Amino acid sequence: MINLFSLKQQKKDAAAAGGKKTSAAQLRTQKDINDLNLPSTCKVDFPNPDDLLTFNLAIAPDEGFYKGGLFRFTFKIGPNYPHEPPKVHCEQKIYHPNIDLQGNVCLNILREDWKPVLSINSVIYGLQFLFLEPNPDDPLNKEAAANLRENRRGFEANVTRSLRGGSVENNVFDNCMRSGNSW
Amino acid sequence: MDASTETAAQSGALDATAPSPAVAGSNNARPASNAIVSNTNTAAAAVAAAAVEDDDTEGEGEDVAPRFEDWAGRWDHIDKLLVRRGPFAQPTFEPCVELRDFLLEQCRILVIGAGGLGCELLKDLALSGFRNIDVIDMDTIDISNLNRQFLFRQKDVGQSKALVAAEFVNRRVAGCKVTPHFCKIQDKPEDFYRQFQLVVCGLDSIPARRWINALLVSLVQYNDDKEIVPGTMIPMIDGGTEGNCVLRFLQFSVRLFVGLSFTALFCVAGLLYQGFKGQARVILPGMSSCFECSIDTFPPQTTFPLCTIASTPRIPAHCIEYAKIVLWPQAFPDRALDTDDPEHINWLYLEALKRANEYGIQGVTYRLTQGVVKNIIPAVASTNAVIAAACASEAFKLATGCSSQLNNYMQFNGQDSLYTFTFEYEQKPDCLVCSNIPLDFACSASEPLRALVERLSEQPFQFKAPGIRGLGKTFYMSAPPSLELSTRPNLDRTLAELGLQDGAFLQVADVAVPLPVQLKLQFRP
Ligand SMILES: [Zn+2]
Repeated sequence: MINLFSLKQQKKDAAAAGGKKTSAAQLRTQKDINDLNLPSTCKVDFPNPDDLLTFNLAIAPDEGFYKGGLFRFTFKIGPNYPHEPPKVHCEQKIYHPNIDLQGNVCLNILREDWKPVLSINSVIYGLQFLFLEPNPDDPLNKEAAANLRENRRGFEANVTRSLRGGSVENNVFDNCMRSGNSW
Repeated sequence: MDASTETAAQSGALDATAPSPAVAGSNNARPASNAIVSNTNTAAAAVAAAAVEDDDTEGEGEDVAPRFEDWAGRWDHIDKLLVRRGPFAQPTFEPCVELRDFLLEQCRILVIGAGGLGCELLKDLALSGFRNIDVIDMDTIDISNLNRQFLFRQKDVGQSKALVAAEFVNRRVAGCKVTPHFCKIQDKPEDFYRQFQLVVCGLDSIPARRWINALLVSLVQYNDDKEIVPGTMIPMIDGGTEGNCVLRFLQFSVRLFVGLSFTALFCVAGLLYQGFKGQARVILPGMSSCFECSIDTFPPQTTFPLCTIASTPRIPAHCIEYAKIVLWPQAFPDRALDTDDPEHINWLYLEALKRANEYGIQGVTYRLTQGVVKNIIPAVASTNAVIAAACASEAFKLATGCSSQLNNYMQFNGQDSLYTFTFEYEQKPDCLVCSNIPLDFACSASEPLRALVERLSEQPFQFKAPGIRGLGKTFYMSAPPSLELSTRPNLDRTLAELGLQDGAFLQVADVAVPLPVQLKLQFRP
């Protein structure tokens, strides 16, 4: 039981030294980032190390259709994290069944299957998986998905052409080829 | 219950040139007080009831000189609660007239939100004797608010809710000083919040409630015995009418008492009707469960799989989401969608309609588009009134001690007759916000950060790979490699060089702990 009237004489201690308040989203992000355990095919960098809520991810798949490419994503973590998933955007125009030409990504854990127990690590693994196993049943780029389903060799040729900056079905794609080992 | 009828009655009561504020107040308080009586026997019910009857049969004979702007008997209804002991009074309650002076002159209360709940709260608090009220709201008045936000009129559309609400109450309730703040709660510094004895929230935004909750928890200071320093704990009374968390508790409680079949029934009811549910709770930061402890009870917003929206839409909302997420950025790559702009909504509506026709889906309307895009949950005036009255009565009880406070969570469902359930929400042991009591950490200004890291690897922490932040900066992170590399030079800098002072806080993350530990630096002389 508490009664403010009886407390009023003691009201208000001096301000505590401390500085800016840390939000729950920030605390959780700090934990997630510090616990990152990434495969050698994924790299994360922070434009501003003091701001852990905005960062870039690069994925360089070492097998599968997209081997040899280098794919860049931006992550933005909102104030409601981890109750809402991070916002992830692909920075290049790429030919992929689950990524549309605007860079939107269809990955279940980024939307309907997101749970607060998941982490930034799980999202990065999920994205990497999209390059190893593109999923034709969850299409954002319907032409690419149909192609993958019906004509794997044709799909593979399209991916290879698109990665070099070529065009597929009248769309010109960004050159995503990795140059050497420096990335 | 119909929202518009209810509101008409209410604004009528406030518009009419009532002979005294007490009369106007009683008209408003009556439906709310009935609901409360059947529920928790609270003090505000008695306040309201006293104001309604106003028959002077009590004859306590307490001689109180009228205040300069007060008329005789103005505070009789409050005195009935404060100058005599009721059956529900807190053990420490000492009936006296000074309590009323405290309420009228000294107690400062902050109301967050001047919308549906906020208007009710301001009216209830002002008529219960709170006079030093601050109200903060970043929103402006929309025409669609007028059916229930009864402090606003058509001429006020487009103006700040906080300003108009404050002006209305100040003009209407003599001696009441409502101070408006037209800004985001995040724009105010800690010291602003420290001025208040009580904070009452009437917010529909979960991020805003999380923010204020975390801030109030962080203001709590502990002495050497880990006891709360009196006066640093500001109680937060949180009202909500979004009708989301309630559903899960209904499931829980009904399962507890009746069995599974009823759970299913309530689930269906919960999905079909919105706006008739609400909750009021008392959060004593550092003492009881906080808002963050129960955040998991708020289900995430309904989101549809992007692929469903893009390739196999089945319901009108899928088409509207498609227009919003895919078509808008395509058509206007450089223009952010403004959900308050009717032209933008209309564009989305027409696009969604086109898509719906393509897929043979019925039911896309302008209103639905607005609802889906803005994630509007219908607001019902009577629910606001009940929840605000519960919150105001808790504020009154906390301020004066005249009655036992709510312990600590009351949920309300007015959908089908009336259902309330009160229970104690327990503190979550690993709550990100309130389990995080800062630990004192001895160190000196001249030692390098590396020394701190080494000590953190020992008992009791045993952190092998810490990530250290403080003052809004990243001092050192063990992962990922790029961040480790760029923060590594800090290991050789002294705490003083890093800008850390005695009493500063550090947040230290490690795989060993579920959330970062807060350290309060104690510099050795
Ligand atoms: Zn908590």
